Amino acid sequence: MSHHIVEAADLHYAYPDGTVGLRGVSFHISHGESVALVGENGAGKSTLLLHLNGYLSASRGTLRIGDYLLTPKNLNAVRRSVGMVFQNPDDQLFMPTVFDDVAFGPLNLGLEKQEVLRAVTQALETVGVAHLTKRPPYKLSQGEKRSVAIATVLAMSPDILVMDEPTSSLDPRSRRRLIELLKTFQHTKIIATHDLDMALDVCERTVVLHCGQVTADGKTKEILQNEELLRASSLERPLAMQRCPACSTPKKPVV
Amino acid sequence: MNNIGKNSFDIGYLDTLAAGDSSLHHLDPRAKLITTCAFIITVVSFDKYALAVLIPFFIYPVALISIGGLPAEYLLKKAFLVCPFAVLVGIFNPLVDREIIFHIGAIGIPGGWVSFLSILLRFVLTVTAALILVSLTGFNRVCEALLQLGVPKAFVVQLLFFYRYIFVLTDEAERMVRARSLRAFNASAMGLRNFISLAGHLLLRTLDRAERIYRAMCCRGFDGHIRIIRSSKIRCQEVVFASAWLFVFVLLRFFNVSLKIGDVIMGLFQ
Amino acid sequence: MHMADALISPAVGGVMWTATAGLIAYSAKKVSIEADDRKVPLMGVLGAFIFAAQMINFTIPATGSSGHLGGGMILAILLGPYAAFLVMASVLIVQALFFADGGLLALGCNIFNLGFFSCFVAYPLIYRRVVGQKSTQGRILVGAVISAIVGLQLGALSVVLETVFSGISELPFHTFVLLMQPIHLAIGIVEGLVTAAVVTFVWKARSEIVRASRNAVPIGKVSMKKVLVGLFAAAVIAGGTLSWFASSNPDGLEWAIFRTTGKEELETPHNLHVALAKVQEKTAFLPDYSIKKSEDEKTPGADAKAPWPAVDPGTSVSGLVGGSLTLFMVVLMGVGLRRRKGQS
Repeated sequence: MSHHIVEAADLHYAYPDGTVGLRGVSFHISHGESVALVGENGAGKSTLLLHLNGYLSASRGTLRIGDYLLTPKNLNAVRRSVGMVFQNPDDQLFMPTVFDDVAFGPLNLGLEKQEVLRAVTQALETVGVAHLTKRPPYKLSQGEKRSVAIATVLAMSPDILVMDEPTSSLDPRSRRRLIELLKTFQHTKIIATHDLDMALDVCERTVVLHCGQVTADGKTKEILQNEELLRASSLERPLAMQRCPACSTPKKPVV
Repeated sequence: MNNIGKNSFDIGYLDTLAAGDSSLHHLDPRAKLITTCAFIITVVSFDKYALAVLIPFFIYPVALISIGGLPAEYLLKKAFLVCPFAVLVGIFNPLVDREIIFHIGAIGIPGGWVSFLSILLRFVLTVTAALILVSLTGFNRVCEALLQLGVPKAFVVQLLFFYRYIFVLTDEAERMVRARSLRAFNASAMGLRNFISLAGHLLLRTLDRAERIYRAMCCRGFDGHIRIIRSSKIRCQEVVFASAWLFVFVLLRFFNVSLKIGDVIMGLFQ
Repeated sequence: MHMADALISPAVGGVMWTATAGLIAYSAKKVSIEADDRKVPLMGVLGAFIFAAQMINFTIPATGSSGHLGGGMILAILLGPYAAFLVMASVLIVQALFFADGGLLALGCNIFNLGFFSCFVAYPLIYRRVVGQKSTQGRILVGAVISAIVGLQLGALSVVLETVFSGISELPFHTFVLLMQPIHLAIGIVEGLVTAAVVTFVWKARSEIVRASRNAVPIGKVSMKKVLVGLFAAAVIAGGTLSWFASSNPDGLEWAIFRTTGKEELETPHNLHVALAKVQEKTAFLPDYSIKKSEDEKTPGADAKAPWPAVDPGTSVSGLVGGSLTLFMVVLMGVGLRRRKGQS
């Protein structure tokens, strides 16, 4: 199944005002992998994510999503296979009700009414918020909003899930629920995050970005133990890997 | 809670009411919209000295509030809170029009007072009718009705977007105002300079947000058209609801119920 | 300044709704032809911005009183006239429905007063001319202030005319004008200054936004004229039909027509009166309000009130008694309904 892969080769991008976003990013993500994308603010995570759905196009380098090379001609096919969950669910949930929002994508794909209904119900059930169907988005809690935002993407049955800070502004329980949910997904996942504990829980692989470049790419557990690398990238060891402050013995890694 | 917070709370509250479960809530929004408009037109179609004839029209808001289980005090309070302009303009009537038009016992009642009261009465009737429409239907479903009644889609879609983001933006504005007032110890209202920079920043953020939303829409296949699935049918209930009320309005418009009842009562005393 | 349902006659409300509905339909068509996908979310979110910004009060310098933003000009500058008109209409619709600002019948008036003049008069005829192709801070300032003043003056005048034509309020035309126009001159200056400052603020940070909207909206002169003619015709027809159909007190309207045209009674209204009088006699609605009164008042110089026709006091008193009783019964019915509902 080659269509779940993501392959970037030497991506460069500079914003119109001259700010450089990416300077030669390359990686290969194969089918079913879960990859955390970490790095300090302004490292280029969001810029990279916006390339993955063709919203920005690289000034140099190529990006292959599944069977398609990302070109304007293939844009729709690529957007169909990449489901993107944005950082702020308020930007993603723009329709009057949860149902309308989740149905927005499938309707744009041109599905029949019955299929749309099925897709919506299934997506909402998967994330466990089927009871919210008729509610307007502004009446949801932060955790519910996030779940619905994920459902809007799942309803289009993408091959690859791309998420920007999925655990930000969630309370601990909602965060835990989300992590468990993410673990159940079979999709290829690319998750940009500052939540390194979540990265440790969900992603076996981590790519570190620093100033628009990949500075490390490997097993999450190994990368998050590399103090030097973490310090250079303005990151810090996840709590699960730190010494317990109460008894000062190393806690057992969670994985 | 400051002004902004209160206002968006109000909107949210009316929407909560709209999530109620009475038979009126379940009616198709078109029936309610049309009936409301008919009600308002009938009420304002009376001449300016109409007073007694307007009173029977209270049957409409009262019946809807009761059957729909709406909080009457809240709606009335809301209606009274917002009538300064009507009062401002109406208050000149008693000053200008001092002609006595009828007597109660020895007291002559000037036309100006009658027309002023009539303005207030109309105000309460029409305003509560509009509030009842929203609290029985919800804004989104009113928009649905507009779309089905042929209002251009481009307009309705942006109305829905607008409504969706009222909550987000008033929240954002409230946070900014709060942040300012916590640091401005003496000034309750802000100066022009402060306001301009606050509004400017809010506007910039808004433009950024619009861009992010557009991005999110593109990711889900947006091609310039918004598609919405709706399955609503005009059933027997809707027809009965609308036509019964229209009949009542016509009856009350051309048949002075108050006067007839009054005549009977007066007849009893004579 | 919002018009209220209570102050307008159905004829005026209907005419203004016709005009407004026509403008909404036309603008919606224009916006869909422009087919700028980005505008779909942008319009909604900017509407929410105006809505939120209107709630923030600021003190007006040198007066100590407080004011708030109107926003019509800001929208026109950022979105172009058509999209801006739709957004302004949305803001007013939500205010009418949720805050009961004005009401549904007066909504047509309000959208017209606050949207039409700034979007379709002040913006294309003044702001665009003044600012031209090269935006500078000074030009934005001059353009915004003048067009805000003009827009608000016209809007205020429109409020006055609508009120007078409706004839519900007794406020004489000249008093009302003298009351409204100066207040709105002050409001217009402040609105213009704020508009200019906010637009300049955005223009400095994101010049491309202000530029894009300017290029996107060519105003077709011919089509606009057609639309105006069409609107006028529709409004006249609607006004005629509605006033015949609904207005039982047309003297306010006639008085104003007499004032503005300086002519004797128009032909049609007279026939209307006869017809109306017949209807009135037959149905006997408002028997205490004789149609003769309006005949009397139609004599030139009717400013000084003609003597009132004798009203049978008994009738009015019984109206009052009956009214109170009806109110009592209605309330009783409400309570009863609620009880029953509570039990079921």
